Amino acid sequence: MSFLSYLISGISLGSIYAIIALGYTMVYGIARMLNFAHGDIIMVGGFAIFTMVSTLGMAPMVGIVTAVAVCTLLGVTIEFVAYRPLRDASSLAVLITAIGVSYLLQNLALLIFGSNARQFTSVVTVPGLKLAGGRLSISGETIVTIIVCIVIMAALTTFINKTRIGQAMLAVSEDRGAAALMGINVNRTIAITFAIGSALAAVAGALLCSTYPSLTPYTGSMPGIKAFVAAVFGGIGSIPGALLGGIILGVVENLSKAYISSQLSDAIVFSLLIVILLVRPTGILGKKINEKV
Amino acid sequence: MKKLIALGLTAAMAASLAACGSGSGGNTATEGATAAAQGNASDNSGAAGGTFKIGVIGPLTGPAAAYGIAVQNGADLAVKEINEAGGANGIMLESNAQDDEHDAQKSVNAYNTLKDWGAQAIVGSTTSDPCIAVAAETSNDNMFQITPSGSAVECVEPDNVFRVCFADPDQGTASAVYIGENKLASKIAVIYDSSTTYSSGIREAFVKEAGNQGLEIVADEAFTADNATDFSVQLDKAKEAGAELVFLPIYYQEASVILKQASDKDFAPIFFGCDGMDGILTVENFDTSLAEGLMLLTPFSTTEDSSKAFTEAYVAAYGIEPNQFAADSYDAVYAIKAAIEKSGVTADMDYSAICDAFKTAMTEISIDGLTGAGMTWNASGEPDKAPKAVKIVNGVYEMQ
Repeated sequence: MSFLSYLISGISLGSIYAIIALGYTMVYGIARMLNFAHGDIIMVGGFAIFTMVSTLGMAPMVGIVTAVAVCTLLGVTIEFVAYRPLRDASSLAVLITAIGVSYLLQNLALLIFGSNARQFTSVVTVPGLKLAGGRLSISGETIVTIIVCIVIMAALTTFINKTRIGQAMLAVSEDRGAAALMGINVNRTIAITFAIGSALAAVAGALLCSTYPSLTPYTGSMPGIKAFVAAVFGGIGSIPGALLGGIILGVVENLSKAYISSQLSDAIVFSLLIVILLVRPTGILGKKINEKV
Repeated sequence: MKKLIALGLTAAMAASLAACGSGSGGNTATEGATAAAQGNASDNSGAAGGTFKIGVIGPLTGPAAAYGIAVQNGADLAVKEINEAGGANGIMLESNAQDDEHDAQKSVNAYNTLKDWGAQAIVGSTTSDPCIAVAAETSNDNMFQITPSGSAVECVEPDNVFRVCFADPDQGTASAVYIGENKLASKIAVIYDSSTTYSSGIREAFVKEAGNQGLEIVADEAFTADNATDFSVQLDKAKEAGAELVFLPIYYQEASVILKQASDKDFAPIFFGCDGMDGILTVENFDTSLAEGLMLLTPFSTTEDSSKAFTEAYVAAYGIEPNQFAADSYDAVYAIKAAIEKSGVTADMDYSAICDAFKTAMTEISIDGLTGAGMTWNASGEPDKAPKAVKIVNGVYEMQ
């Protein structure tokens, strides 16, 4: 019974990683850049909800909608101000800029909100489940997280495969130059990718802070890094890969905490990443990309 | 990487402050103005016996800010009271608090800033790891240092460093003895932070003493600073193992998350913490009813008769109730006053000479502080006083 309980909380944690990883993977797949500020957009989402719900006393749903709006706007703005001018620069320059944006967001949050931790009031109102005579309890947050993750995954796959914008994204990810020649507005497509990724970050922020109710300006950084690992793990650029990578990461993390050592769980997770990358350098579901030199 | 950037920022800040300080060499009026500009308490230039400068270091921002601000306030209050009562041997005290954000590097930077300001003794650092880093520096410089609350064993390793609080192992041992003697529980789970010296130090001593007290450790679980938001596995294991008491030798911020997650799991053992738990009632948006029944080992409670006057003055000055960190640092400043009086140092002596005089004086003084009556120190820097425990009842500390 305890195994089941660890497994479920692992899947819940993994679902959060998966939603965050989606943001990394989409941006990487389409814009070919690692947006390290992604984790901090989660934190901004968390603070947006905290401000609306706990400070201003709005309904949780209003908070989530605001957070999605704020994060989308923020994502598009960051893309426009920081990344677009570097579209043709080396990937290292873009990477460094992304790290810079990450610190900018953290320090802005430090300035505005201070670094004291806040207890986050859960936005999930679904009651938890008690199974097997109360020995197995699944929290409402866990249920909502897993469902939201599946819904997002399905919606995103449909969006990419069935809509014109989705097709444009695929085209840009295949060959940016050719897509532009075919009349696709590359800048707009990338901006939309950032908008979607950041909106997902807001949702991830709501779920992350509801499940683990502590909010600081650094809240997003560690989950951000782990989700990045999940994205690489599953094969960066692949949407199902992000889901798979996230869930495996969450489950491995929780089970190693439970059965091996609660202090070594991170070490085990990251060693697993190294092993996977040695065996499959492009990740579990990653496609082999032939770089044109 | 986070640290690297933070370090850069701090270095820039320290450089600007140092530049600020170097322009005012020897001119007390200007120095006073500088101190005031930095947001500090007292400016007593022009007193007959001169001014003795006390540098205070602690996290004034950051996750452990509740400790650092309390230390700053406690020290400021003590300085104010001492000055109003005529100083120490006629010498006025002046304090200047610098922020270290509970970071060892920044704490050393804060120390250097204070040294440039002309500090003659240090009250700090507030938290263990930064304190160890600063102790290495003060030991090199031969600057007297008394930490209000740096409880790791290594904090007072150099002979120029003393402390007001108990050492970690002493807290761990005292907790086990307290739980055993009061028969609070026999099946104990421990959840500790393996990435801090503070937490692992207490846990080690606790586990060692638990055996002697007939306590059974049914779960011994760790987490690290990078993993400090998800405690569901650790709590599940404690619950599965049938723990009646969960010992939490950790800081209040993580503890507030643990209490929340435990209540979500309908897991309601007795929670027992050490001094790091002090401050839990101040976490923003924290449902304090979750902390109901929480016990912690702390040397100070506002409900004690001996701390009434201090509590009133503190509330009047800062608008919040003092915690033990405020009391520790208040006692630290009074220890410095006692050491000044005992050793007869003067305000114009340099810090190294003062330090040599204090090393002897500290072992000879005895003060009736807020954190213990008849406190004395031995040459290794450890205080001698009796431990106390409090329980949170209706949102306030109740002395046990």
